[in-house]
Amino acid sequence: MIISIASGKGGTGKTTVATNLALALSPEAQLLDCDVEEPNAHLFIQPQWEKSEAVSTPVPVVDEEKCTHCGKCAEICQFKAIVVIGETVLCFPELCHSCGGCMLVCPEKAISEGGRELGLVETGRRNGLEFVHGKLRVSEAMSPPLIKKVRELARPNSLVIIDAPPGTSCPVIAAMKDADFVLLVTEPTPFGLHDLKLAVGAVRVLGIPCGLIINRSDMGDDRVKEYAGEEDLPVLMEIPFDRRIAEAYSKGEALVDVMPEWREKFKALYRRIQEMV
Amino acid sequence: MKELVVISGKGGTGKTTLLSAFAALAENKVVCDADVDAADLHLIMIPKVRRCESFQSGRTAMIDRDKCTECGLCRDLCRWDAISEDFQVDPLECEGCGVCVHFCPENAIEFPLNTCGEWFISETRFGPMVHARLGIAEENSGKLVSLVRQEAKKLAEERKLDLILTDGPPGVGCPVIASIGGATALLIVTEPTLSGAHDMVRVAELAAHFKLPGMMCINKYDLNVEQSQKIEETAVEKGLAVIGRIPFDPVFTKAMVQGKTIFEYDGSSEAGVWVRDIWQKVEAKLRTLNSA
Repeated sequence: MIISIASGKGGTGKTTVATNLALALSPEAQLLDCDVEEPNAHLFIQPQWEKSEAVSTPVPVVDEEKCTHCGKCAEICQFKAIVVIGETVLCFPELCHSCGGCMLVCPEKAISEGGRELGLVETGRRNGLEFVHGKLRVSEAMSPPLIKKVRELARPNSLVIIDAPPGTSCPVIAAMKDADFVLLVTEPTPFGLHDLKLAVGAVRVLGIPCGLIINRSDMGDDRVKEYAGEEDLPVLMEIPFDRRIAEAYSKGEALVDVMPEWREKFKALYRRIQEMV
Repeated sequence: MKELVVISGKGGTGKTTLLSAFAALAENKVVCDADVDAADLHLIMIPKVRRCESFQSGRTAMIDRDKCTECGLCRDLCRWDAISEDFQVDPLECEGCGVCVHFCPENAIEFPLNTCGEWFISETRFGPMVHARLGIAEENSGKLVSLVRQEAKKLAEERKLDLILTDGPPGVGCPVIASIGGATALLIVTEPTLSGAHDMVRVAELAAHFKLPGMMCINKYDLNVEQSQKIEETAVEKGLAVIGRIPFDPVFTKAMVQGKTIFEYDGSSEAGVWVRDIWQKVEAKLRTLNSA
């Protein structure tokens, strides 16, 4: 089973939920941090790193000797990543989406593929818990291909927990697609509610069952719960604002370690998800 | 004209709340929400929309089943596995590269433009605002961010306003890169947690990569004073100007619940004093920098 933890709004507690759920279900679970722009789960898991691998995406390399400047490559490219000006062909690898169109269309076979580094995929382990994350190279714009690389390392036929990035656009879709269940973490504020509605919309586009976790549940108002009632979204857990939780979080300490009663709560959460899938 | 962009790396550190407070303090400005993916600033600014435009960007392949002979070439060439065995294109997987469109021997694939969102020019009680809404599960948020910022600039020129306050998205990827290019300065809002520290370093590196002057402030600093100090030291090492701290104060959430800035909610809150001080420092810093 794949469970993705998502939120719409950032900073609602996705990573807290993902890491504690994974730790509570260790060693059964595998945790993938797919928030590759700002991966944080490792700060709480503190894995012993086993492997770090640079991953890249193909971009065109033009053999100037063979190029006749016919311009067919520039014509097919939808992303303005290759242009021909007079007798010069220019590549902008940072704009390339790696479709291979220019290489396929070139009548002179003058284009081959090199690589643009997307970032790192790192794997490690804490006790029995297997951990994988992606780390987008700073100044690299495209996170979905790196998210897909992280997801390629998901163990087949086992429990996989995914920490998704915030938002509702392509990186989030890449982290939620083909999940069996999405846990949406929100806070009971107008910003939390507004972005929750967007996130629910995204989950529904994908047709995945979902449930809510309300974090800092006593700070704000009741509108998130009213919305959950109207939309038939089950509220699976509430985490109150507690200075001890905030302080533990600030130090990178896992809730299930600092307040052991949460271990059982996260296990119960998983049992409820199992019943719903 | 100058543009301040507020970013954070980590989400939920208080970018939008702080920016709305600045909107109440600053004069002669346009407010711009560049977090088009999960835009929240309008919940405080409560804009009256004066102009609404649809945002079109990118294309998606569509197979005409009457022309398709199911030769399978498109499935072989597609690097996103976006075409199913029964020759349906999954619009969520389609990258819009047009390779299938170009090579289809039957010309059976159409390639219409996507409408992926809307953008708005509005009036608010704090002056004009440019904002947008990206459609759910849509792509090209970076392009919409660039568009919204261009429109904010145009509007500022038309109305002879000399400042743009831009609320940026979380992260360091495509929409963030689109939201900071050409800005006068960045303000990075972080929080005193390991995650906040970790993510602040990455946005500081991004700011350095694009050679943009960066300032940094810590929200909820008193949740971990030791961590706050460490973050400030790291920020200085990374070339950021450390300009202030804001204490944890439920007034921020209470004001948000009512759709108000903290100054409207409580004109004499302690947190308000800290925010005012930060704004004065930001303004002073902006005065020393050349317009973009």
